[in-house]
Amino acid sequence: MTEQQAFEHLSFYGDDLTCERGGRVVFSDLSFALSSGQALLLRGPNGSGKSSLLRLLAGFLAPTRGGFGYKHGPDKEAISLGYRLGDFTTLIHYVGHQTALKPVFTARETLTQAAALFGHDHQLVDDALNALNLGALADLSVRYFSEGQQRRLALARLIASPRPIWLLDEPTNGLDADSAELLTNLMKQHLTNGGMIIAATHLEMDIDANTLNLKDFLPRQNFNSDTRFDWSMEESA
Amino acid sequence: MSRSFFALLKRDLQLGWRQGNTSVMVVAFFIMAISLFPFGVGPEMTVLGRISAGVLWVALLFSAMLSLDRLFQADFEDGSLEQLTLSPTPLSAIVFAKCVAHWINTALPLIIATPIMSVLLNLPSNALPTMIIAMLIGSPALSFIGAVGAGLTVAIRRGGVLVSLLVLPLYIPSLIFGVSAVDGAINNIASGPSLLILAAISLFSMVIGPLAATAAIRLALE
Repeated sequence: MTEQQAFEHLSFYGDDLTCERGGRVVFSDLSFALSSGQALLLRGPNGSGKSSLLRLLAGFLAPTRGGFGYKHGPDKEAISLGYRLGDFTTLIHYVGHQTALKPVFTARETLTQAAALFGHDHQLVDDALNALNLGALADLSVRYFSEGQQRRLALARLIASPRPIWLLDEPTNGLDADSAELLTNLMKQHLTNGGMIIAATHLEMDIDANTLNLKDFLPRQNFNSDTRFDWSMEESA
Repeated sequence: MSRSFFALLKRDLQLGWRQGNTSVMVVAFFIMAISLFPFGVGPEMTVLGRISAGVLWVALLFSAMLSLDRLFQADFEDGSLEQLTLSPTPLSAIVFAKCVAHWINTALPLIIATPIMSVLLNLPSNALPTMIIAMLIGSPALSFIGAVGAGLTVAIRRGGVLVSLLVLPLYIPSLIFGVSAVDGAINNIASGPSLLILAAISLFSMVIGPLAATAAIRLALE
């Protein structure tokens, strides 16, 4: 495994986050707090806003209300609250549904570029390839990778440039059982190193984590009393 | 910061080369477009000589615009753009790097091909050095202004035509002063002032272009 340095003591929190997509409130008044070594699993039915929350925390979306931030060290005051702050994005890894891979590059080139983009050199690239069992494919063009191999290469970015906060959107999608276990072990390792993980997943993951069910943060009343939303009313009551 | 800047520049240059030789296709289009003019206006040497500067510049504008719609779109579609926003380098600097790569991949090969094409159009040989200098100074504006159009249409699937409509009117100042610099050299009038204005347009677009394109990309990611 990699010799990652333990991340300094950090905490990551969100306050009363409300997110609107296309005029519809997806979730409202959502708060959470994580500190070094903790993970949060996002649950909820399709469309309950798991991906929106992750995209919001990655800075792609703006929250309609509320904010989020991180604290360095146990005692210091909050350094930042809000979104799209330059120094904030340098703490975050986001792995979404899209793999962000270019078919013309080899696996090693892909990870070297990814590390350089995040301001790291390439010393962890080989570790990252081996960690996701891609060592034998290092010099093969991504063009020839299977779906699962592409997913693994996308996840290898997490190792190639160490960052404390991992935001993972359905990370086990397209992975076979062995690869999913590999990922689970990497996530455990990351938590042991003092990292933090927020992951949206349908599967049970064998990691020690708190669960946040987005069903609980559905808006009390929708702006239109469309019957499609009735199920949410009874379940959150 | 400079590490991610140069890494991205290198990546985009390699991408341009490996994904079907962008430069070769752009130069081929440039040559084809210019070759059509002698057929259209007739092989009269004096007529060709008189329109040569304008034809070369217009062909440069159209050729540089060819690959513009894919400047950010490919990265948007495969999720790379999201990764780019998480870099410690500000997104505007990353957009700047992509514009530089676009210039090297398209405008630079066209400028290199210009001496040969100018012979075909009977451009007076004493005007050729000015033509090359004007293109070198003026063409960065094409990539940097173009980035704004590319950013605005990033989420539109068939945005190519829309990019042209957005960007071509903004290319007119570069065209006017690019041609007038060359006309100055042909008629032995000082072309310095035109070159200075070309430089001003390029410098202005280098500042405004990446900032505006960044704002457009942020909107598209929402």
